Amino acid sequence: MNKPVSTEKRIIRSKHVKLGQKNAKGQTYTDINDIFYNSEQKPVFFTGSEVIKEAIRRSSVGTSVAYPITPQSEAAALIGELYAEGYLDEYFRGESEFAVMGQCAGAAFGGHRVFTTTAGPGTLRAMENFPMWAGSRLPIQVCVTCRGINSPLSIQPDTLEMHYLLETGMLVWHAETAQDLFDFILKGFIVAEQPDVHVPIATCCDGFFVTHTKDTVELPSEDLCLTPYDPYKSPVTVMDMESAPIRMMRDPFVMKSNYISYATHASWQQEIHAAVERSRKHTIALLGGLIDEINTDREILVVSSGTAVSQSREAIRLLEEEGIKVGLVKIKTIRPFPTEEIRQATKNAKHIFVPEFNVAGWLAREIKAVVPDNERVYAGPHVAGGMTMPSEVIRDEIKQHLGMKVDVSKRRS
Amino acid sequence: MSDYKVLAGPEAFLPPAAASMGIVLPDPGEGHIEGRIVPEEEAYEHCAKKILEAKVPTIFPGPLVLWKWNDHVAEKAAAIKELADEAPMRLIPMADYRPKYPKIQYEVEINPNHPNLTIWHNKIDTCIFVGVHCHQANLALKIIRGGTNCYTMAMCAQAGHEDACLSFRDASAEKIKKLTEAVKKLKSQGVKSQAEDFTQFKMDRNGLVVSPAVIEEYENASK
Repeated sequence: MNKPVSTEKRIIRSKHVKLGQKNAKGQTYTDINDIFYNSEQKPVFFTGSEVIKEAIRRSSVGTSVAYPITPQSEAAALIGELYAEGYLDEYFRGESEFAVMGQCAGAAFGGHRVFTTTAGPGTLRAMENFPMWAGSRLPIQVCVTCRGINSPLSIQPDTLEMHYLLETGMLVWHAETAQDLFDFILKGFIVAEQPDVHVPIATCCDGFFVTHTKDTVELPSEDLCLTPYDPYKSPVTVMDMESAPIRMMRDPFVMKSNYISYATHASWQQEIHAAVERSRKHTIALLGGLIDEINTDREILVVSSGTAVSQSREAIRLLEEEGIKVGLVKIKTIRPFPTEEIRQATKNAKHIFVPEFNVAGWLAREIKAVVPDNERVYAGPHVAGGMTMPSEVIRDEIKQHLGMKVDVSKRRS
Repeated sequence: MSDYKVLAGPEAFLPPAAASMGIVLPDPGEGHIEGRIVPEEEAYEHCAKKILEAKVPTIFPGPLVLWKWNDHVAEKAAAIKELADEAPMRLIPMADYRPKYPKIQYEVEINPNHPNLTIWHNKIDTCIFVGVHCHQANLALKIIRGGTNCYTMAMCAQAGHEDACLSFRDASAEKIKKLTEAVKKLKSQGVKSQAEDFTQFKMDRNGLVVSPAVIEEYENASK
């Protein structure tokens, strides 16, 4: 970077004309900094699905389009309840996930703040529309409640689908807990809608582990809500059938078009990647950094994202009991990838373990691509298809890799 | 810190986006010069200097200042015209982003898909983008940097443009007037404009280039 970005400096304050005014539900349009840092937070004990509902209640969403697929169906249905209560302008069920994402695009082109959810095979069914969103600079938020990818069929947690999202041009954030999920949804709208970013965002969480378990979450008052999306701050023209990006749906840059410029097509794609890079500055300010670090001066590190971080925290505690000191890096954003942050955090490590809930080990590949001496990176342990990853498994795999004796009989049954 | 510098080109067949090379946009009260974050005052001085030392300094006004889509635009447009008259600078509009049929008319328009054609034909060595949607501005600025030696500057109403050689952010009529004042200040210190003589074309309301006499007759009729 040409300029260090501070985690102390909060994201630039909203100047929306409606700031301080009340909406039809009596909620006050409030700056994001005040919602999170200058207002009372109250603890609740909710499932992740309920937390998604509470996040959308406070997000001034215009349209949400739903389609059932486990494990996000409950969240999608709960958003329907919000619609019935008057918190959303539009809500309906699409014909399939592909249709849903097209319908979301229409609502976003029309100037609405748009939210939807999907998972696993639904994500893949929708996949063509994700780069379409990004290339059209539509800041739609999709909550991806990660589950297994067919075949074989599994409705259970698995993060393989995140790997498919990496080059769509979307921001990809990975929540560890229901608290993360709530925070990421609200903050995700703000970052994605920044005029210099303005691309869609996938807020991912591990299905069932987060969506269907209850956790204590701190929530701001439901009397506060985000300022509305301002479509006139979009970096592309608003809904113009004659101009790109909508025109590009029927009139590519080459072939039968007078745009005739391959270089423009390539530059357009570069601009989308650049937009993701520009989100770093805003994300660092709002999330307090793209990663969290604990004891990264240690020689053994665990680097992970999502609920694999939660399991790793416990594994590190178990190892500490045996006198083995391990540090932790929690990755919050997968796109933009925290390249410099990872390099700095791992510079002292001799062993870097990357536990993941998928067979591919995509996160370990991402880390190996950016750190020097990447033979230090050990891709594992891995589980998939809904298997749990007991902390003891992480503990024992670390010990085995380091050449220590492992007594599997000590694993809790 | 990034070593990348956003300099006038020609840089490459397909240059990288400056954001992908680690260039971060300025915060309110800041500008950027060739990738360096600077106080906004320094950006005004540098911009005025580049305008006066150019042979074919040109402003590219975009749709956001060419069409009266809100009450503030007329004031901004007047400020841009004042800058153009003071410097002096040519005005070549980017009226919209549609393809130009049958071909682009280089002397009177610029298109974000091949802005290099207008730059090359008119031999523009310094330009200012103002009122262009950020996405199209970024495309154009990068294509210009890739294929021409034009020094690009952006007066942006949003967060700025790291693909320009120099950029302001949060642009307003006041900021444009401030830039005009910076030009006047340099002139009062003895700096002379190096701009070649030119005749600014005029267009009627149908977008057709007409003679000044016709424009005057039209404007008198609408009074």
